[in-house]
Amino acid sequence: MPVTTIAGREIHVDDEGFLTSYDEWTPDLAEQLATQIGIDLTDAHFKALAFLRADYATQGETATLRRVSTLGGIPTKELFTLFPKKPAKKMAYIAGLPKPHGCV
Amino acid sequence: MRRLLVLGAGTAGTMVVNKLRRRLPASEWRISVVEAGEKHFYQPGFLFLPFGGYTTEQVVKPVAPLVAAGVDLIRGEVDRVDAGQNRVLLSGGRSLPYDYLVIATGVTPRPDQTPGMLDGGQWRKTIFDFYTYDGAMALAKALDAFDGGRLVVHITDMPIKCPVAPLEFTFLADAYFRQRGLRDRVELVYATPLPGAFTKPIASARLGSMLDDRKVTVEPDFLVERIDDTTLVSYDEREIPFDLLVTVPLNVGADYVARSGLGNELNLVPVDRHTMLAKAYDNIFALGDANDIPTSKAGSVAHFAVEVFADNFVEYAAGKPMTGSFDGHANCFVESGNGKALLIDFNYDTEPLPGSYPVPFAGPFRLLDEAAVNHWGKLAFRWMYWNLLLPGRPIPLPAHMSMAGKHIPKSEE
Repeated sequence: MPVTTIAGREIHVDDEGFLTSYDEWTPDLAEQLATQIGIDLTDAHFKALAFLRADYATQGETATLRRVSTLGGIPTKELFTLFPKKPAKKMAYIAGLPKPHGCV
Repeated sequence: MRRLLVLGAGTAGTMVVNKLRRRLPASEWRISVVEAGEKHFYQPGFLFLPFGGYTTEQVVKPVAPLVAAGVDLIRGEVDRVDAGQNRVLLSGGRSLPYDYLVIATGVTPRPDQTPGMLDGGQWRKTIFDFYTYDGAMALAKALDAFDGGRLVVHITDMPIKCPVAPLEFTFLADAYFRQRGLRDRVELVYATPLPGAFTKPIASARLGSMLDDRKVTVEPDFLVERIDDTTLVSYDEREIPFDLLVTVPLNVGADYVARSGLGNELNLVPVDRHTMLAKAYDNIFALGDANDIPTSKAGSVAHFAVEVFADNFVEYAAGKPMTGSFDGHANCFVESGNGKALLIDFNYDTEPLPGSYPVPFAGPFRLLDEAAVNHWGKLAFRWMYWNLLLPGRPIPLPAHMSMAGKHIPKSEE
């Protein structure tokens, strides 16, 4: 399991850079991860991230876009604005969760 | 008398009642199945209908004769499940008590869930689906009349039934237009919400290169927001105009699942992925497409899962722990046109790999490789479906996936 250093801390990640340990995530770390993929986090971003992390804690799986819009109340259109091009993947990356497994 | 109630007499529900009727003594168990429809469709056959393959008789049979003697077939529409009271209410007001409930009502394509798809004036004019019998038959006429232009094959969102079917449709369309001498006048586009042709890397690369070979343009990461007349518009404002759209609408579980508070955002029942026992109730199972397990929504998955479930249920009903564990095994023939097909075999942990199946080296089927023998396997499967699978007779294929005969390609790093 690769270890990377972000903002002076050692973080466990998978081959694609997704965090592998739920508890290593902090809001500060999210800012760093977001910067790496060219996103400046705002309150609107954090609302989505908070839903994803809370949902993961109970479900054990990264929420799909449909789940974030239906249960989290954030329209899909807005998610594409906040996390352009690949919102599901980018949200999971910044929220420190596993890459969504695209449902076979 | 103990009561096992099954909702839905489709692929999974029919297998469940027929298998368990043999396993559970009639003196102790009443087994009932609720079904609204009169007809049972062989859904894999829908793929061939638009191209003039298969007759109605080959893909449609009445429900009743497929259900074993000794199983009570109840005609009706489920209004809701009252899980707290262990009973199911039908639309007419009839109440059906149960000790154990199996939800097997699958998923349905819902064109009404995408603005402009059903209500934009183009449905069954330039917009078609092939996941329903009526849709596939209507598409056959449209293809016959099509003499050139842009044909877009489109997936609304995952998960869908048989995730390889849109690819198969594309391969078959390419071959069909070639045969008709029209291929030069048809532009084929494949629009998918996935980052590539398929979800799993090795198969995605193989299937993606097959699309390239056939000069099909892939539009990846395309999540449709709406359809404006004859243009698909994505959430990130990409537009794909079409002359003919073959779409896979959003697949959603039954509405009563939502009304009963048993479903997730797609009305799928959350279950344990190894036993298919509902997470919320210890006497409700969900089998086939109706549950939320992370594998393909496919008849082969329903079949392998029901094999594990039937053994487990006998133990569970006797108060013992369930010893079987479903591994997510799926096994799909992928029709590639001109009388050939691929075969993919995979589970929760192992993606589709090249090799041979079911016997290592000998096959006869070849994994992840185009071959005529796979095509004949796919056609032969229709007979097996009606005559072995649905009656719940043994099929000489193990329920669990095996690594024997598979090999992992060397990474090209």
